[in-house]
Amino acid sequence: MFFNEEFETLPREAIEALQLKRLKAMVARVQESVPFYRESLAKAGITADSIRSLADLARLPFTYKQDMRDSYPYRMFAVPMEDIVRIHASSGTTGKPTVVGYTRKDIDNWSELMARSFVAAGVHKGDIIHNSYGYGLFTGGLGAHYGAERLGASVIPMSGGNTKKQIMIMQDFGSTVLTCTPSYSLFMAEAAREEGIDFRDLKLRVGIFGAEPWSEEMRRDIEGKLNLSAVDIYGLSEIMGPGVAIECCEAKKGLHIWEDHFIPEIIDPETGEVLGEGKVGELVITTITKEGIPLIRYRTRDITSITYEPCICGRTHARIARMSGRSDDMLIIRGVNVFPSQIESILMGVEGVEPHYVLIVDRKDNLDTLEVQVEVGENIFSDEIKHLQALSSKIEKQIKEMLGVTCRVRLVEPKSITRSEGKAKRVIDNRNKA
Amino acid sequence: MHVEQISIFIENKFGRLAEVTRILGDAGVNIRTLSLADTSDFGILRLIVNDTEKAKSVLKERGFTVSKTEVVAVEIPDRPGGLADILQVLDASGINVEYMYAFVERCGENAVMIFRFDETRKAIEALTAKSFTVLPGERLYSM
Repeated sequence: MFFNEEFETLPREAIEALQLKRLKAMVARVQESVPFYRESLAKAGITADSIRSLADLARLPFTYKQDMRDSYPYRMFAVPMEDIVRIHASSGTTGKPTVVGYTRKDIDNWSELMARSFVAAGVHKGDIIHNSYGYGLFTGGLGAHYGAERLGASVIPMSGGNTKKQIMIMQDFGSTVLTCTPSYSLFMAEAAREEGIDFRDLKLRVGIFGAEPWSEEMRRDIEGKLNLSAVDIYGLSEIMGPGVAIECCEAKKGLHIWEDHFIPEIIDPETGEVLGEGKVGELVITTITKEGIPLIRYRTRDITSITYEPCICGRTHARIARMSGRSDDMLIIRGVNVFPSQIESILMGVEGVEPHYVLIVDRKDNLDTLEVQVEVGENIFSDEIKHLQALSSKIEKQIKEMLGVTCRVRLVEPKSITRSEGKAKRVIDNRNKA
Repeated sequence: MHVEQISIFIENKFGRLAEVTRILGDAGVNIRTLSLADTSDFGILRLIVNDTEKAKSVLKERGFTVSKTEVVAVEIPDRPGGLADILQVLDASGINVEYMYAFVERCGENAVMIFRFDETRKAIEALTAKSFTVLPGERLYSM
């Protein structure tokens, strides 16, 4: 099933021809209207006419999050304010948020890409979409909302929080699709169980989860506990919001990135060099249709790889692997690079371990230490100390073998790890605190 | 012939033990005996109470991880070598003691020990064959 079959199944040569045409037009546009790009493109000696093939993209300068912060709030906008119909901002954990503006055409494209994403996930007209992504400055809520309306499904604009009410609505309204962060879906299932409601008895058929990296093992856990088909969605406000890429329900093997609107590249984050198909590196995206705030080679800081292999679903758009993490999330522990999602994979591979964990990084006597806190639920509890100790050392050993870091597993009481209604906080790094 | 014991996972944090016992007290559950096994991070509190099901449900409601285990209560002559005699029988039958602790009350002239065996049924058979008295749960809960 497709939402826009013609564009979703364009032959590769047609995609590339369209990309080149749109790239040149975009470069000409920003050179004209965005002082930041006029300057950086001039410095790199690039004009729209000098771009002759997609390979020339590698000659263009990168755009960093810091560039957007420096242009706070509107200086990266490529159109006058009277053409901007919506403003979003990304959560600035440090300092000012990153501000993005959308023209009517941008909202229109975003709605279409989100509708395509819904269909790829297995959603159709007639579905009742329970949208628990936050509404507001965050792009999640409204992005999914507009896509649902474009598709013609019924959307319930829940936003995040108020878990009891979420569960009641889901039960009474007969929601068939759930959109939220993967950790919040599990939190809701757990809260429901306490109320005596089994999520598996609800009508939910599809779950579209994103806004934080999650593992294949967590997918299996969610699918088992919620009795639905769970797919991963990717997006970031700088580029557009949710719906930049999505897994198709047919393969669930990589996320199709909508290449008629975005050009993805994978680069070595250290050298900036473009890496080949299948190589793991930082995802860089160039927006080729955006009007409000077009970006050239935006450094997403997300770590993934790309494949152009044909997919069984029939979509011809390239697939990016599920994010192993954001390069900002990457922990360096005694010189070893570790993503929280890698530890999650190991934990979830251990029979009975619940997907609630937190990593505590500290520095003792000038050495980094990693503590992995795991909740002891009924499935792994034993009345004998030795069994619990065997479990801890099994996890410690697997983390050491698979990731090369020494850690200490600490078993904690259920519910002692803070639950999140939005993005889960998986890491507490105490190293930089004085 | 076995006895029901509940085990509770508790972190080594201030006030946790007090909380568990307070919850049970408020629910009107009487603790018959207990033992605490601990490591640097956590402990396992093992209890024999007068109402196992109630104890289990009130603790679970309050978010504790609780499990039920079968243990064996054996009368032991209160004299030098009393415990050694029992352990010798078990040893001869190839049965492992995972852990054990004493019951607070005496049963007539005898002391009572609680055992957790790797093979409960086999242990009960071996002990009764050698004329040791294995106490049923009901006796213990109301002692």
